[in-house]
This record gives sequence, C-alpha cells and structure tokens, in this order.
Amino acid sequence: MLLSLVLITVYFRESASGGLHGVQSAGATVLRPFEIGANRVAAPFRDTYGWFSGLIHAKSENARLRAQVDKLRTEAIQNVNAAQQVNTLRAQLHYVGLPRFPQDYRPVPTDVLTRAPTDFEQQIGIAAGSSSGIRVNDPVVTPDGLVGKISHVAGHSAQVTLLTDANNAVAALDASTQAAGLVSHGEGPSTLALDRVQKSAVLNEGDTVVTQGFKYGSLSSIYPAGIPIGIVSGASNSELDLYWNAQVAPFVHFDSLHSVIVLVPKRRPQP
Amino acid sequence: MSVSLVEPLKVAVLVFVASILQVTIFSQISILGGYPDVLLLTLVAIALLRGSIYGAAAGFFAGLIVDTANLGTLGVTSLLLTIAGYWIGRYGETTGRDRAHAPFVSVAVATILVQLGALILHYLLGDPVSARTVLLETLPPKVLLNLLLTLPVYALTRWLLGLARPVETATEVRLLG
Repeated sequence: MLLSLVLITVYFRESASGGLHGVQSAGATVLRPFEIGANRVAAPFRDTYGWFSGLIHAKSENARLRAQVDKLRTEAIQNVNAAQQVNTLRAQLHYVGLPRFPQDYRPVPTDVLTRAPTDFEQQIGIAAGSSSGIRVNDPVVTPDGLVGKISHVAGHSAQVTLLTDANNAVAALDASTQAAGLVSHGEGPSTLALDRVQKSAVLNEGDTVVTQGFKYGSLSSIYPAGIPIGIVSGASNSELDLYWNAQVAPFVHFDSLHSVIVLVPKRRPQP
Repeated sequence: MSVSLVEPLKVAVLVFVASILQVTIFSQISILGGYPDVLLLTLVAIALLRGSIYGAAAGFFAGLIVDTANLGTLGVTSLLLTIAGYWIGRYGETTGRDRAHAPFVSVAVATILVQLGALILHYLLGDPVSARTVLLETLPPKVLLNLLLTLPVYALTRWLLGLARPVETATEVRLLG
C-alpha cells in the first residue's frame, strides 16, 4: 500500500519527462508484444461476435442506410461542385488558411491495444508512438469521425484521450447552419453534448456536427476543421438558458474501437 | 526449481496473463453498459485460495501491469487491487474459509468497493468523475457480469494453481483478552 502511495505521489508530481514516466514508457514497450498477441488471438472471436451482432440489426439498418444513401448521393454531387468552386476561388484569391484536413496531415493507421480498466479514464492505448512521428495533442480519427487526441507518447505506443473524456472538448459547428459551440462528454457513457451555442443561432436535429478548427491570435485548435463528430440528436432551450442544450450522437463507436488513424501534421507549428 | 518458488511463479504468470487479457480484450467487451473484470475475478480467486499475502502481492503486481499498459497514473490501480487482494485474502483465511458462497460474496463486494474506491481516488487526484454514471449505470451490469463469470474463473484458477497441496490455514484460534 505504501509503495502504491509513493508511486502515485511521485508520478503525479513529476513532469512527463520524469524518471517514473520513462520507466513506464519502457514497461509499455515491453508489454506491447503481449498486447498485440492477445489482440490477434481475440480477433477471430471478436469478428464472429460482430458478424452475428450485425445480423440482428441488419434488416432495419439496411432500410435506413438506403434512404441515407439517396440523400447523401444528392448532397455529394452538390458538394463536388461547391468544392471545385472553392478551390478555384482560393487559388484566385491566394487564400491563406489553417491546416486543412486531410491534405495537410500524414495519416498513421494503428491498432488499438488497450483500454483503460475503469470508467473514469476514457482512454485507449495504441500501437504507434513517437517513432512514427506522433506527438502529444495530435488528433486521432477513424473513417467515421473524430476519436480524440494523443495525451501521452512512448517510443512505440501512445495513449489517446477519447472525446468522451471529461477533460476533453473540441470547438465544433453545425455543418448546415454554421452554429458554433463546444462538444464535450455527455451525460451517459459514449454520448456527447454540444454546449455554448448562442440561442440566436439555428440548431436542427439531424444536422451534422464537425470540428471548427479555429485560430485566434497565437492560439489555434489542435483539430483541423471539417472532421465529422456526430449528428445533433436533440436540442432544446428555455428562457433561463443562455445557450442551446444539445446532445450529439457520435459517429464513432467509442466502445468498439479496434483501429484508429493518428493525424500527424506535415508541418508542425514552431513553439 | 524448489516447490516454494513454483507457486509464486504460477501466481505471477496467472496475474500477468489476466492483466494483459483484461486491458486488451475484456475492457472492450461492453454488455449492457458494463464490462467483465476478469482481472478482479482472478485476484479474488488467488486471494481466497492462497491467502492475504498472495492476494496483496498479486493485486500490486496486477495494478502495476494495468497502469503501465494503459500509460495511466502509476500506483492507482495497484493501491486499489492491493487492498482488495489483502482484504479478500483475510476473509478467505477467516470467515469465508470452506464456505461455498465465499467467491460470490467476495466478487460482489470487491467489485462494488473497488469501483467506489476508484471513484474516491480519482476525485482526490482531481479527475472529473461522474458518480451517477459510474455507480448507477455501469456498476450494476459489471457486478452481474462478474458474478456470472465467478464460478468458471474460480474453478480455472483453482485448477491452474494445482490445489493438490492443502492450503495453509489457521488450525487453532487464540482468544485475546
């Protein structure tokens, strides 16, 4: 018990480059092959479970997805035209903007190795670290959307703090109405909330929420603009509220992450 | 290798494997909002079968592996599991000795107390915690899942530890005072 208390105290007080952190990083590197092995052994069972689980909801999901595809096909055609126009105008104006996603980032796809054992820590361990160019605060995504950010880096592994962690928040906006706010953890597990949206702004259920990617003076968001986060699943306000009270259903399934992509900036800002 | 070294080695290997499986596989199996804690179940079995010293040492070792693998605050899980292992070990050596229900009682109580202890510890360390989420939403399914897995994990641990050798327990009681 005493040893545990000493470990907590020393670890808590020292910096990220401290001795105990170094020992922990070395330990994590030693444990990495065992974690990879366990994940490989479990993969067929996990896939089988996922296959049967998917079958149960397949029919209703199929109908929903067909309707969604029709809607998105129309939007995609409009978006292609709009994107071409934007690119042409940017070139004509010599527009200077923030780093753009995904072209200004180098993707580092990697496996999820571990998950924190308690509900207090919304963190996962991944199989890539500083040797792959990953640094603290690099954004982490999946093809579905935003996952979180890198919070701790070792040589060949890193810790990702999920968007559902109470310490994590991201500047976001409603892609349809441009209503800006802050996405953070929601009330329940794997839920998100959109806060700080002015009541004068328009917020509709079903709207897509994406990262804002702001820059204010020397401060800039660590997340590039335009990464999908989720859809507004509910929004309300009352006379007493200063802001909208909105819930966001995330695109990413935080409970079943098996692989993620770390976005390493091609050009890092100078400190 | 002498017999005295074989048993701690067996326990160490068992705890190591359980820790790796917990952080890589079982922590990602979400059922009804909770997930099974196979590491705690293994620790309960070891503590009940081998006593408080083994329980405390196994708990510390397991916590160290978990915190290292997750790059979490070193010592947090160790502290919780050391106390849990020691307490369950004492229970196994005294009141719970030879009781069929001892593993189930130990698992239920340990799951609740470890969760409660983690809540307090994280609160003291300044982590934002939601007592409602942890105690009302994830704890009940976790207790249920742990209870369902108690028997197979206990039986497997008992078999792996090879309980041919009788457990060293108190043979007499000296009344104080």
